[in-house]
Formats: sequence, C-alpha cells, structure tokens
Amino acid sequence: MERRPWILLAPALVTIVMLVVVPMSFILVYSFYENIDLAVDRVAFQFSNWQALFLDNYYRIAIWKTLRLSVIVTVLAAVLGYIPAYFIAMTKFRQRWLLLLLLILPFWISFIIRTLSWIHILGNQGALNGLLQWLGVIDAPLQMMFTEATVIVGFLHVFLPYMILNVYVSLEGIDRNLEPAARTLGATPWQAFLEVTLPLSLPGLAAGCLLVFVLTGGSYVTPLILGGPSDYLFGNLIHDAVVSELNWPMGATLSFTLLVLLGAVVVAYSRLMGLNQLSKAFR
Amino acid sequence: MKKIDSTKRYEILRERMGNGDVDRRTFMGLLGAAGITTGVSGGIMVGMAQQARAAGTTLNFEGWGGVVSEALRKNAFDPYEAATGNTVVDSTFGGENEVLTKIKAAGNTDGHNILHSSGVSWYQRWVDAGYGSELNEANIPNLANVMEAIIAPFRAITPNSLSAVPYDYGTTGIAYNTKYVTKEEAEALGANLLLKKELKGKIGGWGDAANRAWYGALQSGQDPNNIEDWDAVWDKAREHRDLVLKYWSSGAELMDLLAKEEIYVTEAWSGRVAALQEQGHPIAYMDPKNGLAWMESMFVLKGSPMAEAEELLNFMLDPATSIAVAEGQKYPSSLDPNKVPMTDAIKALPAYDPTGKLANLVFRDPVTWNPLEKDYTAAWNRVAKGG
Repeated sequence: MERRPWILLAPALVTIVMLVVVPMSFILVYSFYENIDLAVDRVAFQFSNWQALFLDNYYRIAIWKTLRLSVIVTVLAAVLGYIPAYFIAMTKFRQRWLLLLLLILPFWISFIIRTLSWIHILGNQGALNGLLQWLGVIDAPLQMMFTEATVIVGFLHVFLPYMILNVYVSLEGIDRNLEPAARTLGATPWQAFLEVTLPLSLPGLAAGCLLVFVLTGGSYVTPLILGGPSDYLFGNLIHDAVVSELNWPMGATLSFTLLVLLGAVVVAYSRLMGLNQLSKAFR
Repeated sequence: MKKIDSTKRYEILRERMGNGDVDRRTFMGLLGAAGITTGVSGGIMVGMAQQARAAGTTLNFEGWGGVVSEALRKNAFDPYEAATGNTVVDSTFGGENEVLTKIKAAGNTDGHNILHSSGVSWYQRWVDAGYGSELNEANIPNLANVMEAIIAPFRAITPNSLSAVPYDYGTTGIAYNTKYVTKEEAEALGANLLLKKELKGKIGGWGDAANRAWYGALQSGQDPNNIEDWDAVWDKAREHRDLVLKYWSSGAELMDLLAKEEIYVTEAWSGRVAALQEQGHPIAYMDPKNGLAWMESMFVLKGSPMAEAEELLNFMLDPATSIAVAEGQKYPSSLDPNKVPMTDAIKALPAYDPTGKLANLVFRDPVTWNPLEKDYTAAWNRVAKGG
C-alpha cells in the first residue's frame, strides 16, 4: 500500500479524530448515563434517554420546527444573498475590495450584539416604529419584536454574508465573455442570466445554502433573544437540558441527535448535488 | 477590576439609552467606538490586567449584572481593592446553573470564587454538590450585625460552619405600567393580573421554573409551599404562556421590556422596579398575597483563597458599605435594623422589613421545593414551549 498519501493525510486525520470524533464519542457514551437529580449523573448503560427521544412527541415537534425554519431561512438567504453577490461580482467599481470589506465588517462585532441590535430597530421604541410614527403612517407602535419573523430576520442578518461570499466566489470564477456571447446569439439579458450565469453559479449557491441551513439548524441564541415563547429550535432543547435542567445525559442524547440529523442533511445534499460540484464553487 | 467584554459594554449602553441618558445617535456612535476600541486595545488591556493582578490576590466574583453589579463595584469592590491591594474580577451570570455547568465541565472551581447566590435552595445545591467552603466566622466580625432570621435557614443546612453570608433580600412581585393598569385593578386581581386576557401580547414573565410554579400555585389558589395539585399549576402556567409576549431571563432584560413598554405587566424583582421608578418610568409594584420572598448570599466556593474572601465579605458587611450597596442595588440589606440604623432610602424600599424578623415575608421552603426541582424544571420547559 502506498504510504505517502497517508503520511500527507495524517495531520488532518489526527486533527479530525481529536477534535471531532473523540469528543463526539464522549457525548455518545454520556447519552447512556442516567441523570439522578439536577447535576447528579450515574455512570450506566441504559436507554431511557434514547427511549424518551424516540417516543416523545415533544422532540419530534422541535425537529420539525428546526427543519422548517432552516428551510425558510435558507431560501430567503439564497434569494436575498444572490443579488448583492451578483452586484459585487459584476460591478466595474475599481475598489471592489471595499465592498467585500463591508460584507465582512459585521463579523468584527459580537454575534450576540448584532442579534440584540434588532431590539433597537424593531422594538416598540425602535428606529422603524419611530420612523413610521414620524411619517404619520401609524399612531401607535407596531408590535414587531419577539415573533418568528424577527427570529428569521436575526438569522438572515447573521448568516447572509456566508451566502453572499459563497455565491460571489462562484460568480467571480465565471468567464466574463459568456454572457456577451449569449447576447450575440440572440438571448435577452434575462435569458443570458438564466441560461448561462445562474447555472454556472449554482455550485456556490448550493454551498451557501448548505452552510446557512446547517448553521441555522444548530442555533439556539437567536430564538432565545428575538423569539417569543413558541419560537424555539432543537438547539434550545439542548440548552434547556444542559443548562436549565442540568441533565447532561439527556443533553448529550439531544446533541448527538442534532449532529446525526444535520450530518444526514449534509450527506444527502452531497449525494444529490455532488460534493465535487460544490468544490467547483471555490475553483 | 471590572471584567467587561463588548457584550457587557453594549448592555450598559443599552440600559443608559433606555434610561434616556444617551440619544440614539450618540448610542450608535459609542457602539461603533466601543467595537473599535475593543479590537484595538483588547490585547493591551489583557496584558495590563495580568500585571495588575500579579500585585495581590485575585478574587473572581459572579453576580446578576446591571444596577446590582454597578452598586457592588462602586460601593464594595472598588473601595476593597483600594484598601487591600487585592483584585476583584466581577462578571455576570444568567443564573447559577450556568456557573454549575461550567464548573462541572471544567472539573474544578478555577476562576470561580464568590457567587451572588440566590436563595437557600441554591445554597443547599452548592453544598450538596461538594462545592461549599468553611468560612471562619472569627474573620467576619460584621456577621454579628446580620439578622438572625436570615442566617438561620443557612445554618440549618450546614450547622457546623457557613459557606456563605446572607447579604440582601427582596421579593418577586408584580410590576405594572400605571398608564395601562390602575392600582385598584392590580390590587383587586393580585396574581391573576398576569392572566388578564385584554392584555394579551403585553404580558411578560420570568422564565424561571420555580417562579412559574410559584405563581401557578397562587393563581390556582394553592399554598406555594404546599402544592397538592400540580396539574392545576401547569394549567395556569399554560394560560399565562398563551398571553405572554416574552419570558425574560435577566434583570436588565426585565427593565428593558418594561421601560420600552414592550410589556405592561410582569412578575418582577422588587429592586429592579425601584430602579425603574427612580429613573422616572410609570411602573408600580405590588406583592400579591403569598408573593415570593427570597434572600441572597455571598457564597464562597471551595478552593477559594479563604482569608482574602473572608476579608472581602467582612468589608461588604460593614454597615457603611452594606447600606451604600443596598441603596444602589435597591434591595434591603441583611443587616439587622435593630442593630444598625437604616437610612430613609432603604426604609422606603419594597420588601423592607423594619422588624428584622422577616416574619411577614413568604420564602420558598427548600425542604419542599428542592426534591421536586428536577421534575418541575423539566415540566416547565415543556409547558414554556407549548406542551
């Protein structure tokens, strides 16, 4: 057997094993432990946590809500992200780096602060209500905060740059002569975009969608800050189990489940789209 | 030394803007400046902080944030640091379960020394989990001024030595906006004000399981320290949930929701409402019959530098310090008013007991509540999410 590829792969494999496989194995083992009381666990090999997960509708509802919201955020991010990505990629503006810098600028600010900032925009005494009242459109503040819509807005705000960057990289790699060539063959600008640019940018769009979907599916802070009582994701159940109920075995069970669910999405997605297609986005 | 990250800095700014101390434009400017300053000066500040800490013993304190932390920093920690050369690094937690989770994950108490611990229940939990220290009361002579009635529940759990000193007390009553709810209506409805259907979408609540259960008991006509029908408790919690805009989880969030009129009524911590009233907001406070009273302690975790911790606790219990902190955080001091004269400002605080016996306040009985906590916490988390 050729040893050289394995030697070259070794650092990556060791890193993945130490940082992903080993911790997840610990989590899997912990899921069989028994929680006796708050913060008191007993080493055991029993299936009550897994039984609860499979038999209790509470967890199924959370999985459904998570998948549903992740799809909504992903679709909206794809639509809203494509436009600025296209603009940045196609602009003749010389300082394009400045636009990219603006795109990554929000990353300098804490994710929690960016999320909290929506309270000042959509809140009762926020900027939007203030503007609408100043314009005379409304007499009393509109209740906009702590709804599913604000949670979606919060997710889009945080995850949109990931989508834009992926699509931008894909668009940037497309030969600039292809669209004009399509035009000379009689295509309208819209047809040229639909039949030439869009298909060629799909790998970037697909990579962005996968990233946004997985990031949304694993979130819990955004619903906690911007959502109402019924706005929660599967990650919030993990937070409840670990931090509020101090039930680590159940938290471990839920964490491992979320990993498997999101992992399954990645695997299914790669089979459907082809991982080799996704890698084209970065060529 | 005040450990302050960008999130905390933002919260302080947000609170100031809510109070009307800064306008929105200045707020946004300061926010931007804070971000840049954090990025540029973070490394330098960390280095300087490490040098400063090397000069004396460092005590890590974790508390509730907002006006409470500010009162402790200004009136207790800063003077203590100046007097002793030791350093108090204070930070904010969302609840003690967060700290317990961190300690459990780390496997030790490194970086955690003193907690502004809530209630006797948590005292019992820390002790049962093996994190209780043994305070040498001879090093805390000011403990003699603390009310016997407030020490007794702690001593009942650890008769041989205390792990904490009681520091303040308060109540979780009901706050309401007087523009939308009259005093007469609030007093007539009591705990059921939180179930008034006409206020749907303008009602808040503390998302703490024990609190929800306590108020569910009040609303279902039961003695909270002797709940017999838990189904009725959760039915009331569900009724409340369907009317709620937001369950808050911190004092700063509570104040923000009330100050900005996102909600008109909610359970509330007495001191936070007093702070809102001082800022001029039209928020009134009432303790319904059998409303929840609680006491807070300064809990020293096992493995902490005991001599320095005891010195800090004694400093904090000094009448002048304790009274200044009480006035700042708006919660009455644990000092016995029969031994230490209280100021008019403290006498006017909600929940203040001039007798020093605390006989009129209803506290959570840890013997009844602690064994049930695992079950009612899990039950509440489900109810909160529509279950």
